[in-house]
Amino acid sequence: MTLASIAAVTTTLLLVATFLTIIMNINHIANSIEEDVEIKVLVDVTATEEETEQLGDELNQLEHVESIVFSSRDEELQNLMTSMGDQGSFWEMFEQDNPLNDVYVVKAQNPQDTEMIAQEIEGFNRVERVNYGQDIIQSLFTFNNFARNIGLVLIIALVFTAIFLISNTIKITIYARRKEIEIMKLVGATNWFIRWPFFVEGLLLGVLGSIIPIAILFSGYYYLNHSAGLDQFDFIQILPYHPFVWQLSGIVLLIGASIGIWGSVMSVRKFLKV
Amino acid sequence: MIEMQDVQKTYPNGVSALNGVSITIEDGEFVYLVGQSGAGKSTFIKLIFREEVATSGKIEVNGKDLLNMKWREVPLLRRDIGVVYQDFKLLPKLSVYENVAFALEVVEESPRHIRKRVMEVLDQVGLKNKARFIPDELSGGEQQRVAIARAIANYPKLLIADEPTGNLDPDTSWGIMKILEEINASGTTIIMATHSKDIVNTIKRRVIAIEGGLIVRDQHRGEYGYEA
Repeated sequence: MTLASIAAVTTTLLLVATFLTIIMNINHIANSIEEDVEIKVLVDVTATEEETEQLGDELNQLEHVESIVFSSRDEELQNLMTSMGDQGSFWEMFEQDNPLNDVYVVKAQNPQDTEMIAQEIEGFNRVERVNYGQDIIQSLFTFNNFARNIGLVLIIALVFTAIFLISNTIKITIYARRKEIEIMKLVGATNWFIRWPFFVEGLLLGVLGSIIPIAILFSGYYYLNHSAGLDQFDFIQILPYHPFVWQLSGIVLLIGASIGIWGSVMSVRKFLKV
Repeated sequence: MIEMQDVQKTYPNGVSALNGVSITIEDGEFVYLVGQSGAGKSTFIKLIFREEVATSGKIEVNGKDLLNMKWREVPLLRRDIGVVYQDFKLLPKLSVYENVAFALEVVEESPRHIRKRVMEVLDQVGLKNKARFIPDELSGGEQQRVAIARAIANYPKLLIADEPTGNLDPDTSWGIMKILEEINASGTTIIMATHSKDIVNTIKRRVIAIEGGLIVRDQHRGEYGYEA
């Protein structure tokens, strides 16, 4: 019976830990992608140097903007050539007659504001085009919020299930000891005197239940980090082993202990009202 | 010791158990509570150690107002009240010694005091030599004496006995009464609900009769007043 509730906590925490690992990593990856989101403002090729500078001033007056970097058409060409590697030399022929635009790279303070800012910039003079990966950004934000919310709901549901299971186990223990509790109350025991053994029992159930999930977390995340081959994809940067496993273990232990204590306190409560 | 004014008790299921009871019980009294089953005796008793809370009226026990009492003050009230039941309410797996010690552990007495006090009260009820027995190895009368020992271990000012001789044969009952009288003689107030005509008519004390949730008789050195 005690084993059953430890198993319940173990299962719950295992799922909670898995979900948290996934959610926290999705969050991390999403955040780093979001961080990279920038708006490329292509300046009209026919714009004079003055007009370009004027556009820069206008951009500087925008709100919610973190940084604005100017990159001249020559610099753009250099970047392009570098990024193409060996084939970059093909572009050398354009050095005399550069077809590229001068570019302002604008970064929003809050990535979620990117679209709003971009639309504002589109209305400015001498702007040929604004690039910011419109569609991708929207679906990225939607997906991130969706993942966060679903994960949260699942975790809360799991925690409640575990509390229910534990409080049932402890209810059975208490039922067996209700005569003892009744007599304790008769001779003037305080509620805390009666409660604390069950409190300790609940705490113990929770802590024992979190041992296996933590062990699995340590080894599983080690594998994910070192041998699963995720490092082949440089856009997927999962959270580093340290301090992530320690933090998550702490959270798992805390949730386990809380579930145990809460479950036990809930089930003693109604027996104390005599 | 106990002061009740126009006390009414209606249970959540609508049953009205007490319909306006007023009474004063002084320190050191020995009071019999008589009346048919279902007349309200048990409710009267439960109100005194606040196992139930009165619906209206005023109850004062040992200077404490029971109707305006906080939950956490209830244990303190009960430490001054010993309770003995018809069915003893002993813990079957604990020895006689442990059953009595339990009441003192609960109020967090020092182990030294507990050892001394348990043997003292077991001596008082004549069970010193049976401290290591478990309740099942004792007769009914002996078990009730253990319950009394437990009830008085904490030096209560008030001892409530709900039909303490209800399950015992006459001879054994007299033994229990002798112990209760000794406890009363040492200054403890005793309220005893009983159906025993013989006891009430032989050991003459104050008699309070309850019928239909009302006190219908209150006599010093009274008679049982019902046909047994």
